[in-house]
Amino acid sequence: MRSIIFAALLIAAPLRAQDAGTSYANAQLADASQEASAKNLMLSLRCIQCQGQSIADSDAPIAQVMRSEVRLRIEQGESPDAIRSWMISRYGEWVSYDPPLSGVTILLWFAPLLLLAAAIFASRGLFRKAKP
Amino acid sequence: MRGRWVWLPLALLAFVAGLAIYGLVRPKDDFVRSNMVGQKLPAFDLPAATEGVTGLRHTDFADGTPRLLNVFASWCIPCRAEAPYLEELKSRGAQIYGVAIRDHPRDVAAFLSQYGNPFALIGADANMKLQLSLGSSGVPETYIIGGDGTIVYQHIGDIRAEHVPQLLAKLEDAK
Repeated sequence: MRSIIFAALLIAAPLRAQDAGTSYANAQLADASQEASAKNLMLSLRCIQCQGQSIADSDAPIAQVMRSEVRLRIEQGESPDAIRSWMISRYGEWVSYDPPLSGVTILLWFAPLLLLAAAIFASRGLFRKAKP
Repeated sequence: MRGRWVWLPLALLAFVAGLAIYGLVRPKDDFVRSNMVGQKLPAFDLPAATEGVTGLRHTDFADGTPRLLNVFASWCIPCRAEAPYLEELKSRGAQIYGVAIRDHPRDVAAFLSQYGNPFALIGADANMKLQLSLGSSGVPETYIIGGDGTIVYQHIGDIRAEHVPQLLAKLEDAK
């Protein structure tokens, strides 16, 4: 029995090592729909430290703090859009994986349509040749 | 007609290859700069980072004197490297307030006794809340805060010898 308790304590030890101030970093919100919208937002916010990952995927300290912040604000009833703008007001558009439509990003948003149009244009000859 | 268009895919390929080469030779810069430069310092009230020092509030900055706000941690190796330059900045008239990020009082005390204490006040940002509010992306970072509490400038990374005159000049400009 003692060895089981000891083993359980060993397994639980990393939990103690986590910071008390970031309580929501790795704990879900009680309300499932709130947790879902928090999770959704976390997937589209970019970690400052592990720069290719979303804060939902990263275990960097700053990502933990950001997750905690997102969950706390969602719990307090703040909208995901408002939280995203708060993050952007801190770190710039860089932090969001959901770029707004603007002069700089217009090509990003419409490149797929442009490429599709170019592909249709380039392949138009192939369809014409079907005639005998 | 056909002959002219046949070059288009090749031109596109050359363009994409050009972008790839540009990406490879461009000097690496993955600093995420704070969007708070030009904004007022967010409100905060941090407890003292260790025994014998005084904590830090945002109102400590709004008394007309421009200051440096240094974000550091005892566990951060570049912070040790910049310690002598913070001392130099202090000896040349800069007032420096510190914030210890995700740190323990005992470790902060050991850090200060080993590498010196150039800080007039040191707050503890145990859960990195202030760091997030500042748009700070890591340690160390040094901000110049104007006399009215506005964030004037952000220096990312450790301060080296060549940055000392720059920071002093910017501090002078902020007066």
